[in-house]
Amino acid sequence: MDLVLQLFFTGLGIGSVYALVALGFVLIFRATNVVNFAQGEFSMVAAYLMVVFAVDLQWPYGWAFLAALAGMALLGAVFNLAVYYPLRHRTFLPVIIATIGTSIFLSNSVLALYGPQPQVLSGWFETPGIQLGPVYLDSQYLLIMVVTLILIGFNFWFFEHTLLGKKLQATSQDKEMASLLGIPVATMIMMTFVYSALLGGVAGILVAPILFVSIQMGTGIALKAFAATIIGGFGDVKGAIVGGLALGVIETFGAAYVSVPYKDGFAFLMLVAFLIFRPQGMFGERVAEKA
Amino acid sequence: MSAEKAATSARRIIGTLAYAALSALTVAAVGLVPLDAYTVHILVQTASYSIAVFGLTVVLGLCGQINLAQAAFFGFGAYAVGLGTTDLHLSFWVALALGAGLALVMGALLGMTTLRLGGHYLAMVTISFQQIVTLIMVNWIPVTHGPDGVGHIRRPPMFESAQAFLSLCVLATVVIGYAVWQLPQTPLGRSMRSVRDNELAAGVAGINVYRVKVAAFALSAVLGGIGGGLFAGGFAYVSPDQFSFAESIVFITMTLLGGAASPVGALIGTGLLIVLPESLRFLKSVPGLYLALYGLSIILIIRFMPDGIWGYLQHHVRRWFAPQPFSGPATALTLDAGNTEVPMALEVLTLSKHFGGLKAVDNVSFSVRRGDVHALIGPNGSGKTTTLNVLSGIYTGSGGRILLAGRDVTLLPPHARTGAGMGRTFQNIRLFRSMTALENVIVGAERPGNNVGSGHAALVERARAALAFVGLDGRAQELVTGFSYGHQRLIEIARALAGNPSLLLLDEPAAGLNSTEKRGLQDLLRRIASKGPTILIIDHDMTLVTEVADRITVLNFGRCIADGLAADVLRQPDVIAAYLGSEPDVPDRA
Repeated sequence: MDLVLQLFFTGLGIGSVYALVALGFVLIFRATNVVNFAQGEFSMVAAYLMVVFAVDLQWPYGWAFLAALAGMALLGAVFNLAVYYPLRHRTFLPVIIATIGTSIFLSNSVLALYGPQPQVLSGWFETPGIQLGPVYLDSQYLLIMVVTLILIGFNFWFFEHTLLGKKLQATSQDKEMASLLGIPVATMIMMTFVYSALLGGVAGILVAPILFVSIQMGTGIALKAFAATIIGGFGDVKGAIVGGLALGVIETFGAAYVSVPYKDGFAFLMLVAFLIFRPQGMFGERVAEKA
Repeated sequence: MSAEKAATSARRIIGTLAYAALSALTVAAVGLVPLDAYTVHILVQTASYSIAVFGLTVVLGLCGQINLAQAAFFGFGAYAVGLGTTDLHLSFWVALALGAGLALVMGALLGMTTLRLGGHYLAMVTISFQQIVTLIMVNWIPVTHGPDGVGHIRRPPMFESAQAFLSLCVLATVVIGYAVWQLPQTPLGRSMRSVRDNELAAGVAGINVYRVKVAAFALSAVLGGIGGGLFAGGFAYVSPDQFSFAESIVFITMTLLGGAASPVGALIGTGLLIVLPESLRFLKSVPGLYLALYGLSIILIIRFMPDGIWGYLQHHVRRWFAPQPFSGPATALTLDAGNTEVPMALEVLTLSKHFGGLKAVDNVSFSVRRGDVHALIGPNGSGKTTTLNVLSGIYTGSGGRILLAGRDVTLLPPHARTGAGMGRTFQNIRLFRSMTALENVIVGAERPGNNVGSGHAALVERARAALAFVGLDGRAQELVTGFSYGHQRLIEIARALAGNPSLLLLDEPAAGLNSTEKRGLQDLLRRIASKGPTILIIDHDMTLVTEVADRITVLNFGRCIADGLAADVLRQPDVIAAYLGSEPDVPDRA
């Protein structure tokens, strides 16, 4: 029973990371109708930026964190201007291929600059964790959960209760109408990209002390996050969060009780199961193209 | 046979013979001319990779579906040959066939689970699949030998020397390349292009979209498997890293660089991306650098050269090879009235369509008599187009039944309804944009169950007759994108007519037409009706509706508020109130 609780805690922690990246996916998808396959690489780049600032340059952790986030905001903006924006009137296929190209470009550029050796990034806290009854709460996992909770709360407040958030929602629902109402659509899309790069970046920085900082971490996280969005219901914010948490828990239990080397396969199995039996996911509705 | 047809077929035979001769020469040359080991190595790699890239030409270029797991399918073929000829002591050919079969089955299964959904799913699922296959290759050590890979792979007898095997690879490349080159002009290839250009219109033109996509995906997987099998024979050693996600990206880059639409592009892309990195070896000295450049080139190609190198070249030489307009006259179009023993061409019984809480169509019932021109009118948002979408199977109704000539078609998918004799056009024109007018209409003529005779010549004749009927036979060989808006509408009608529908659904055919074009349309509708088919038309143009309609059904807020003879319906006060606004407040002159 203790082990079950412990695994559950760990699963929720890792699931929070998937949920954050999935949230980034969903926001871009809703704003642009495009799945950003470079979303996982955003997490990877942020973790490397953190290594540069906190480890190589020895900056204080907090400043390094802010600097890394500034870098991510810049990356999101450049990505929008260089990759998405020029292709915005094309069909989705060229756009997703371009985002895949970006993902390859980012991960291999980092590989070329930093080499294949995984880097180590320490956690935020000195104390490794606390014992709460039978369960040991690792401080980094706790931090991930708290930050995820705060960000989800912020996300909800921002989109539902601020004018800017409503403008962003209007843009994602109907760009033409939004622009007729005087909403600067291009700026809104730019902000969405920056925001989701930041979300991906936070996820990458938070998970880095648990995993190693490596070139492959982005693809791994992105695949899980995408599976999470399908499990939760494509394009649904709540679905992305619940799907991410569920996936983290299932994967952790699968690794503990079934097989460690095939740990990464569970996400795929769940994905296929959902695609066959419930393609609209837990919260999604089937959508058809308008004739 | 006309002189024109004879000339065309003579040209085709000469072309094929020339290709065969050139291919035979190449195969013999690479087998007989002494080559150094390094060149042989590069050529075997190019040939085997090309076959896998041909697979992507089919699935991505022709059918518009993405496959990011081609390296995994390549790996199936390679491991089948690797393990088959060593651990299992099978002959090379049996192992190769097993590998291709395995790739086929896996490709079909993967396609069947994913292809009902949009392209995003396919992209992510194929990436996941690729990762799983790599995991298995690395971790299932008792079978795959894990990261050590498989060595001492044997080649088939008679092809044991490296150069003999090379000529085998080249032979496979030229044969498969020819098949892929011919594919776009076959019925299956045309279906794939239709699906790529416009999925909805493809379904309504009678194409089983899902099956075509699965076929394209499975075909791509098989070609991946065959390429991989040859690769394993050529290199005698395989290991998991040769079939990783990075290699899938390499395949995609090759496809896009050369041009996804043609096997010629595939060859160009493959050749360049194998030879270039070899000559730029310093790139490989920094890990990641050459893949980073691949990623960058993908972004740049998509942005600046979306049709690849071959597409770019073709674009500039196309005008010299453009097909000539037909010289002989087209035959007269025959159309079908359908089963005249059933008096009702269409019966709609308590049909509903709800979107969440919104009742777009609410308990609508009406019947369309055989031979009538029946109009469905109503203000914007009254549910007309939704009704049409449910009738043609694009939406599944929330309730009610649809009888087409007495036959219940409520549960049939769009292509099956077309097969049952329903044709339609769209409010916003949906033509296959990469095709000529003729090809568009041929797709319509090709619908299952259309009795126009067999063979390409019969289809062309039927399509020309339909184009002539709408007055566009003279421009049949031009790309549809070059036609005016009004003419594109006519091509869409011709595409529906070529399928010989007994019931034709027209969604706002007059929208966007000028007054001359509208008069032409009226005339066209009368001519269609006089040849037998029943017409159900939606339009806002009341002049057109009153001119052509025998009967009218009026919808408002998803409900049927009037139904009957045109003259009677238009006099009803609630119709006038709903449709034209309440009666104008003019002083009574009486």
